[in-house]
Amino acid sequence: MIIAYLIASVTIALLLFVCRNRVASIALMTLFVLIQCSLTVYEFIIKDMADAVYFKPDALALIMLSALTVVTIPALIHKSNYINPEDDSPRVRGIYQGAMVLLVMALSAAYLSSHIAVTWIFVEITTLSASALVFHRRNAGSIEATWKYIFVCSISLVFVFIGILLLGISLGNAQQFDLQYDMLVAIAPSLDTFWIKIAFVFIFAGYTAKFGLVPMYTAGIDAKDKAPAPAAGLFSSVLMNVGFVGVFRMWQIVAHTSVLPWAANVVTAAALLSVVVAAVYLIKVKNVKRMLAYSSVEHMGVVALGLAAGGVGYFAAILHLVLHTFAKSALFFQVGHIYRIYHTKNIYHIGNYLKYNRAGAVLLLLGFVCITATPPSGLFISELMVFKSIFEAGSFIALAFVLILLTIIIWALGKNFFKMLFTPAPTCGQIENVKVSTLETATQFVLLALVFWLGLCPPQCFVDLINEAVQLLTH
Amino acid sequence: MTNILLIVFAITLLYFSIANRLMTYLSLLTAQGLLLFGVALVELHQMNIVNLAFILLETVVVKAVAIPLFIRYVIKKNKIKREAEPFVPYFVSLIVATLIIAAAYVLSMVADMPQSGKPYFAAALAAVFCGLFFIVSRKKIITHVICYVLIENGVFILSMAVGNEMPLLVNLGVLLDVFVSVFLLGIFINKVGNVINDGDVNQLSTIKD
Repeated sequence: MIIAYLIASVTIALLLFVCRNRVASIALMTLFVLIQCSLTVYEFIIKDMADAVYFKPDALALIMLSALTVVTIPALIHKSNYINPEDDSPRVRGIYQGAMVLLVMALSAAYLSSHIAVTWIFVEITTLSASALVFHRRNAGSIEATWKYIFVCSISLVFVFIGILLLGISLGNAQQFDLQYDMLVAIAPSLDTFWIKIAFVFIFAGYTAKFGLVPMYTAGIDAKDKAPAPAAGLFSSVLMNVGFVGVFRMWQIVAHTSVLPWAANVVTAAALLSVVVAAVYLIKVKNVKRMLAYSSVEHMGVVALGLAAGGVGYFAAILHLVLHTFAKSALFFQVGHIYRIYHTKNIYHIGNYLKYNRAGAVLLLLGFVCITATPPSGLFISELMVFKSIFEAGSFIALAFVLILLTIIIWALGKNFFKMLFTPAPTCGQIENVKVSTLETATQFVLLALVFWLGLCPPQCFVDLINEAVQLLTH
Repeated sequence: MTNILLIVFAITLLYFSIANRLMTYLSLLTAQGLLLFGVALVELHQMNIVNLAFILLETVVVKAVAIPLFIRYVIKKNKIKREAEPFVPYFVSLIVATLIIAAAYVLSMVADMPQSGKPYFAAALAAVFCGLFFIVSRKKIITHVICYVLIENGVFILSMAVGNEMPLLVNLGVLLDVFVSVFLLGIFINKVGNVINDGDVNQLSTIKD
């Protein structure tokens, strides 16, 4: 099935590249959404059974795949041509749509992969398709962002590959060179700790480019700034999840060895630094998309802290990741609307949004409640659980440090959000009363509603699925 | 025999650190591609035609010929100045490269692995970290692409330290990766060249907070 899915997606992407007809491309996109949905349903049916040798839908893969499918639908509905609708050439649109399809395809396959090298290959494909999306506007800024994105991601993925090779060395010549995760987890206790440590450092450092943590987070920020809003929504949610999946798979191996406390220290250090970086930049940031991107860095820091703390932190990390996926993608889609009205991304030139687009402003306000993890948003629950796990792990200094930084972040975000919503912009130029699509706003509200629903009264099957994913680490 | 080839490979890294022309860099890439072919040929246990053809393709055709030719074409087309223009003096580069090679050697000595794999491990680590150092110490963006290929060469050596059990699928993936990345980066240099006059990293700093 997955092979058929891959072939179908690549075919659709190629057709979109060459297709010049608007109706035909919409039909192709709809077809792809249907294929994506049926893949998700199918993988739920064959849960925990190997699919085409290299893929296996375990609980984590299913959670991530479902989140991806949910976010894909609004992302493909949203139009990409907010910046200059008049300059909407069919060729550029075709490349954009084809790259979107390839990105979603590569993300799905990377989640489902049960082989460390296959994951790597599909993460590489996400880099290539994402860079086509970053390049969409074809101006000096997007060239610079694309260059940095390709370069940093390529170097990071070379790091991941080196890590995989080092894992191979640790297996020694006696073992057959088979890097299926199940096999690696099974023999993990017998592996040499020196090689596990060095492989973990390389793989973790490499995946931080996608995950959005220190040291490699930089390229992602520029990419989210310069990509069109729907693509940026995918970048700061599901594309970050793929980094998490990469780290999580490695964590599965590490959790069965004696280097777990050491690895937890490494991840904690990276996570704390990420929150520091996010706090520092959020204070001075002027660009609304970069602001949201730095907020993603902060949330990924919280997720990584949960992963490192263990215990209830594992559950909280996955829950936080899923909720963040919906909240942040909704906000990025809304930024597309903001840009459409103000023609700028600079926060100082955006003001009184409530007057121009009431539904959008309400969404922005709810989004603010979500990403600052204020009750009653679902992210409050997951963040509280992360803090509980850090407390239980006994790292009080780290907890106090993070809480202070998060307070600063909430202040910085609040300052900017309320300014955009209620204060008139100082340089109030000509603001036309642009009508934004009601359908697009409605899908954003659905995403935010998911954040509240899944956080406050999660359905039992969702909780069971997360618990099963946690068991991958603890058993 | 492989030890000699790997030592020569390490010497090319030292030469890389003091070379001051882009064309010298490309010649060094060609030399490294040929050295890798030599190493792979000696290491090849079972001489079947598929393996041989694949290694020939990966090292000689891609690494030694296609990529240097392509980068040369990009340099000519964009009229990039032929000097490497490092941020640090060549002498400092040489010292750092030497230290990296020495550190990689020491690390390979303490690492717990079969004796036969140690020279590969040392050469690979040296190439990767020298490549990273050259990236941060050279000004032109085209040198970044060249150093990326250098790092990939290091990864190729490391994959031989693992042994010949590397599945063909993975190897193919790596080859594709190198190919696509380099070509993509090359195409982007053309784009950057159209917008920004000299291919200088200092001009790629407009996006910031």
